Amino acid sequence: MSIPVYDVLIVGGGGAGLRAAIAVAQADPTQRVAVVSKVYPMRSHTVSAEGGAAGVIKDNDSAEDHCNDTIGGGDWLADQDAVEAFVEEAPKELIQLEHWGCPWNREADGSVAVRPFGGMKIQRTWFASDKTGFHMLHTLFQTSQQFDPVTRYDEHFVFDLLVHDGRCQGVACIELKTGEVRIIAGRSVILCTGGGGRIFPFTTNAAIKTGDGMGLAYRAGVGLKDMEFVQYHPTGLPGTGILITEAARGEGGILLNKDGRRYLQDHDLGSPLEVSDPRHPQLKSMELGPRDRLSQAFYWEREAGNVFTSDDGDYVHLDVTHLGEKKINKRIPFVRDTALKYVGVDCVKEPIPVRPVVHYMMGGVDTDIDAATSLPGLYAAGECACVSINGANRLGSNSLTELLVFGKRAGMGAAAFAKANPEVAVDALAAQVGDKAARLKSLYSEGREGEASIASIRRTLTSAMETGAGIYRDQARLDALCETLREIKARIKDLRITDRSKTFNTQLVQALELEFMVDAAEAVAFSASARKESRGAHQRLDFKERDDGAFLKHSVAFKSDGDPRIDYKDVSITKWPPAERVYGK
Amino acid sequence: MASSATKIEGKTVTLEIFRYQPDDETEPRYDTFEVPYREDWVVLDAINWIKDEVDGSLSYRWSCRMGVCGSCGMMVNGEPKLTCAVFLRDYYPKPMRIEPLEHFPVTRDLVINMDDFMGKMEKLQTWIVPKEPRTIEEGEYRQTPRQLADYKQYTMCINCMLCYSACPVYGLDSSFLGPAALTLGRRYSLDSRDGAKDERAELIQSDEGVWSCTFVGECSRVCPKNVDPAGAIQAGKVEGTVDMMKSMLMPWGRK
Ligand SMILES: Cc1cc2nc3c(=O)[nH]c(=O)nc-3n(C[C@H](O)[C@H](O)[C@H](O)COP(=O)(O)OP(=O)(O)OC[C@H]3O[C@@H](n4cnc5c(N)ncnc54)[C@H](O)[C@@H]3O)c2cc1C
Ligand code: SF4
Ligand code: FES
Repeated sequence: MSIPVYDVLIVGGGGAGLRAAIAVAQADPTQRVAVVSKVYPMRSHTVSAEGGAAGVIKDNDSAEDHCNDTIGGGDWLADQDAVEAFVEEAPKELIQLEHWGCPWNREADGSVAVRPFGGMKIQRTWFASDKTGFHMLHTLFQTSQQFDPVTRYDEHFVFDLLVHDGRCQGVACIELKTGEVRIIAGRSVILCTGGGGRIFPFTTNAAIKTGDGMGLAYRAGVGLKDMEFVQYHPTGLPGTGILITEAARGEGGILLNKDGRRYLQDHDLGSPLEVSDPRHPQLKSMELGPRDRLSQAFYWEREAGNVFTSDDGDYVHLDVTHLGEKKINKRIPFVRDTALKYVGVDCVKEPIPVRPVVHYMMGGVDTDIDAATSLPGLYAAGECACVSINGANRLGSNSLTELLVFGKRAGMGAAAFAKANPEVAVDALAAQVGDKAARLKSLYSEGREGEASIASIRRTLTSAMETGAGIYRDQARLDALCETLREIKARIKDLRITDRSKTFNTQLVQALELEFMVDAAEAVAFSASARKESRGAHQRLDFKERDDGAFLKHSVAFKSDGDPRIDYKDVSITKWPPAERVYGK
Repeated sequence: MASSATKIEGKTVTLEIFRYQPDDETEPRYDTFEVPYREDWVVLDAINWIKDEVDGSLSYRWSCRMGVCGSCGMMVNGEPKLTCAVFLRDYYPKPMRIEPLEHFPVTRDLVINMDDFMGKMEKLQTWIVPKEPRTIEEGEYRQTPRQLADYKQYTMCINCMLCYSACPVYGLDSSFLGPAALTLGRRYSLDSRDGAKDERAELIQSDEGVWSCTFVGECSRVCPKNVDPAGAIQAGKVEGTVDMMKSMLMPWGRK
């Protein structure tokens, strides 16, 4: 087997991966870069992001304000040095994307336009209609094609990190088209594999978001940080979980319970202004409060019997009718299109049914401010990583920017590491993969007559996650979840595989993805169980208060033979001592 | 051959699916599946149901299930469609025949090989070649909403390949750059920040370019994102003609 060797090997061709690739190619055209991705890069999940990307650009805004919003929004669990670096680099990255052709919306004078977003006190969200992630991803992908040092391995599924001599030196992957197992060596490796929302049943996340990179790092002994913090987005469509972007509320949409009441006022999120009032919508108040608080409000409304019920689950109404057809078509056309298609509602005339759905994982592979992990040579960026700038709750529109800022940082860090560590133990890597390749080969030729179907284990897993680690948690439910996960870990060894083909074997891919999902789910469940307080997106009915004394700390989950081991790490506090999170005042 | 052993309650609908496994079969075949009928199911939901409940070896691509990643294009009753954006209710109670996108080599079952397109994008330099390079410190280029509108529609392409599947010219000769690639080339040439219009024009005006198009217009009809590739190609022809006239009439004034 001939093994190609790259300076920087990037797993993932979404926003973070492509930004990292371009960073390396531009910094040093002599370095060779590989982008390995299980789907064509432009299919990556970044494509579905709608609302926008935050960065301070207007005169009425300041870095101080963006830091404030981000740190408070994250309930003081964000690392403040990382947030400061992020906020300072954010506008530069967004301008860079502008230079590469991103079709940002514009003001009449030709400068970029910004829109309001939940949890942000000042308008600072750059947007490209309501397809921001789509435009960013296509811009990055198209831009990346001009750099010769970048080689793409499209539709290659990475199933293992190769570690030798205490350094990550490459990956093992399956070329989907042929079923061949390939080893690709890298003097440094960056994980940019995105999140893992698919471990929950109702999610805005695409099918590919199965937490692979988290699982890869975890198995290699790297910690997963703050995994218990899972963001619910308050407005997904019942049934499919398809997202109705926050921009719908940014433009003035309101949330109503079954009695037509703007119920957020009953949950400490401020008092409503008339929709005709020119001051509506008010930033950081009511509908523009942060996502965790809005999703929690839904939970209590449901407890009180104030929501609509249906076969696809309970829901409330998101009403944008007062915006009028013209504004809806201009500012949020995709919202109209989506609601019409998937729930048969024309939002110009009627309110849209919505419910909270899992949207984003604040946690991920533990990295430092330069995207480096504890394993030399291994870096991580984007949603699969946890720096952390998001703390206990991410603010909408910070993560698209995070992909750029930390994608670039990871690229620079990995490139420098590769220069300093030129030697790669190619033979040792090949020997490592031998056994696994043989196991996969026998799966292709013989299949596996297991008891358990992929779909049934997946269903057990996702529904246990919703019940045990949903919007509100308590010890009994978490214990039950941990027990279910132990059972799943035993059953998954006996997964049934009927597809014997080497060509594009998606069943095998699903099985490998399911194993990664179990890793990610385990880290979420056990970290949540150990955190006996409520903070941001982690809300416990049995520990209702935030407990800075015991838990102003990152949790870090490590894989072990049985249950994971949970350690803690200090939060970096620079200028913003913990305070109460206040909205609507 | 295969059919569903799972018992289904209530209404059902029939899907006839193209199967092809190059490693152990020489001839493609069609498998028939009975699938539960649900008012709110897209065609992709039915295909996912088959994979989960009946035949785990069925191969196809999908991801976002919201019409934006461009992965799930297939022929549905002979028409190229995004299967996550067309509903069972659009066909019910008639059976549906699902096949891989036409005009592409089939890798397996419903999976096509689209390497050809990826190469074409690169050839057309689908990126900004700055007219006046700028540093980050100099801030953004100014681009008015009107300048943005000049090319915005052409940025909406999700690379789903439906237009290639509908294009009779591409079906006969795959060297034709084709609707989406030509449209993306035009998208950059119309951008006020770009300076490579002339370089791209050489390829756009070549034999592989706009002049191969016989203006059938099928590409724009099937495009799920209203990109109007046919319009982009026509405009490219008009521009080519004008440039040619200019260079004949005033050879000194061309660039
Ligand atoms: C519907 C929706 C809307 C959103 N809107 C916004 C918004 O408005 N603003 C905002 O800031 N954020 C938004 N987000 C969040 C944001 O889009 C994501 O966090 C971000 O796009 C993740 O990008 P990424 O580069 O980390 O990963 P992705 O774009 O998910 O890419 C992951 C890449 O990794 C590859 N990969 C994964 N596993 C493997 C493997 N095993 N082998 C090989 N390759 C692999 C995939 O092929 C893919 O290329 C939204 C999220 C959703 C779900
Ligand atoms: S032009 Fe339309 S049909 Fe063709 S690839 Fe783009 S989005 Fe698909
Ligand atoms: S699954 Fe993404 S376009 Fe259909």
